[in-house]
Amino acid sequence: MSNAAQQFLEAAGTITRNLRHRGLIQTALRKYEVARDRKKSAFNDWSSARQSAAETKWDAINHLDTYLTEFTSKIEARGTKVHWCTTGPEARDTIRGIIKDAKAKCVVKSKAMTAEEIHLNEALEKDGFEVVESDLGEFIVQLRKEPPYHIVFPAMHLTRDEISDLFERELGSAPTREPEELTMIARRALRRKYIQADVGITGANFAIAETGMVSITENEGNARLTAALPRVMVTLLGIEKILPKLEDLALFLPLLATAGAGQTVTGYNTLYGGPRQPGESDGPIEWHVVLLDNRRTELLADPEQRDALHCIRCGACLNVCPIFRNVGGHTYGTTYSGPVGSVITPHLRGLQEWKHLSNASSLCGACTEACPVKIDLHHHLLQNRRNAVGDSPSWIERLAWRAHAFAVNTPALYQFGQEVARIVEPLRLRLQGTPLDPVKSWTRTRDLPPVAPESFKEWWRNRR
Amino acid sequence: MNAQERILARIREALKVPAPKPGSHGHGGHGRDVAPAPVFAFQGRPVQVARSWLPPGGSTPQEHLTRFAAASAELKTDFRCVESESEAHAQLRHIADSEGWARVASHHSPLTDAATAALARPTLFTDGGYVPDELEVCEVGITTCDVLVAQTGSLVVNSRTSGGRALSVLPPHHVVLARKDQLVCDLTDAFQRVEQLHGAHWPSMISLVTGPSRTGDIERILVLGAHGPKKLTVLMW
Ligand code: SF4
Repeated sequence: MSNAAQQFLEAAGTITRNLRHRGLIQTALRKYEVARDRKKSAFNDWSSARQSAAETKWDAINHLDTYLTEFTSKIEARGTKVHWCTTGPEARDTIRGIIKDAKAKCVVKSKAMTAEEIHLNEALEKDGFEVVESDLGEFIVQLRKEPPYHIVFPAMHLTRDEISDLFERELGSAPTREPEELTMIARRALRRKYIQADVGITGANFAIAETGMVSITENEGNARLTAALPRVMVTLLGIEKILPKLEDLALFLPLLATAGAGQTVTGYNTLYGGPRQPGESDGPIEWHVVLLDNRRTELLADPEQRDALHCIRCGACLNVCPIFRNVGGHTYGTTYSGPVGSVITPHLRGLQEWKHLSNASSLCGACTEACPVKIDLHHHLLQNRRNAVGDSPSWIERLAWRAHAFAVNTPALYQFGQEVARIVEPLRLRLQGTPLDPVKSWTRTRDLPPVAPESFKEWWRNRR
Repeated sequence: MNAQERILARIREALKVPAPKPGSHGHGGHGRDVAPAPVFAFQGRPVQVARSWLPPGGSTPQEHLTRFAAASAELKTDFRCVESESEAHAQLRHIADSEGWARVASHHSPLTDAATAALARPTLFTDGGYVPDELEVCEVGITTCDVLVAQTGSLVVNSRTSGGRALSVLPPHHVVLARKDQLVCDLTDAFQRVEQLHGAHWPSMISLVTGPSRTGDIERILVLGAHGPKKLTVLMW
């Protein structure tokens, strides 16, 4: 078993027994469900809208080279510097270089899962830069020195009391039980930072090829401030974020907000097409767009699972997943958790090391059902299982299946097996689950169906 | 080969094998070695196809207005549709008095110039550049907008004709002045209108603003005014 698998099992075992954690997650997600269902019902036809989104993303991903070229040439024409990066370390070094060139001290950052993916904050902090997360949830988990719990709701595993204690300890604020008060503490702490910061780093939700713009979705206004006040702006985005046309947003913004957070559209959806243009009163002098591959092209090369690149990171599949709801976000040990994380992590970080995630699924299909771009998530989990076995078969399993095939193809042997099974049945029942049970790890959580007292053939014979 | 060429080459190599049609649940072929279904011809674009499936925005100007008002109420946007510009100014003065605005920020345009003149308070105009600290202490940012969206209760500001990137998001209160004919049905119409206005020469930022700044990051409880404005007022006539 890989290290990651071992850790997953241990963490899952601990957290599923933590009733406080479970209560918190269930309450938060039930609230989400109510809001989402209400907003979904405002659609004239939710499922057709999803299909249309799936087709649009299909178009984008299957012509990725054309659209990426269109996108980059448009933003470059407005004075943007585009950096293409094959790996995480390359992207990290590029961004470090930009910050050094800008002679920056303080960096503000708005939420970006791609930055988590390449461990940007750690690298920048090691260089001695102050990096401030500006999204409230990210700000909280940054103070706790832990990764975000969920790709959309980073701090959903914390209660207001824990956050109050944290703020008291780290920021010296007075304790309070009011979410409003806590939010204002963070607001005050961050206000100065936007004005002081020399560099602002953002992620992006979509990159529009037709007009050459990125679209950033948020609720708080922190990304807008991050992109307004610092004199240098850096946007890190995965190459799969492409959408062909501006008008595609008319479909994608409501889908993302409805599936992800139960909103019609989120508070701010902002398009950026370049650095400050002539005649504009503010905005960064320099804009750097860092395009990240980081093995996305490998996923692209697998036609069967290529549609995993359609993901718009809405988090809906996490929210409905019975596994996620029990083991929580940190247990996965990955940047992207939940069903979509289990599908793509083996591609991004190695199949054998991360194949256990494909087994952390009941294959109920709730994720596929929830996905606004109709990614076939639960089938992809099955395919990952198949590929993992195909790449490195276990000889015990192979042998067992051979033996099984031989037995069921040999009537006499099968008959004999039945007789034996019937005789040892009482013994088996007695042993089941005890240390003497040879298949204990399997029977511990599952019941073996009892052996029938007579076979169908015997029953048929006796009946006549 | 530079990084750009390298990545594009990898993409082209990967795309040599076509992927199955969306929603076919992989039934275009099984296993990694089996060729999947033939290339699927994509035709639908939201403007032609998907629009009718989205939440509706209404079909008459009156319906648009009703929807915008309903969406605003839900978003906690203070939406006021008034009879005339002078009545809008009267409302604005009333809000200014009750909130005690000492410093107002705005930009130059026919609508905002008339409004700031009517307010007659110290005003910072962001056109041509400003000091961020001076904008930060203003109690309100007054701007125009490009278009308002009935379907979602949103409005669109941009960095060239709405006073820059920060004016509509840094002060704690954002007031938008708009004419009734700027209200359109849905996002599809809104993007079309934005393209008509700016397509020849895009501003560097275009923002679709939907309600005041908000967060649910603490126990999923809604709080207004996370980093951006705590209040959003739309005055329309
Ligand atoms: S896979 Fe689908 S449901 Fe999951 S985060 Fe991505 S878009 Fe959302």
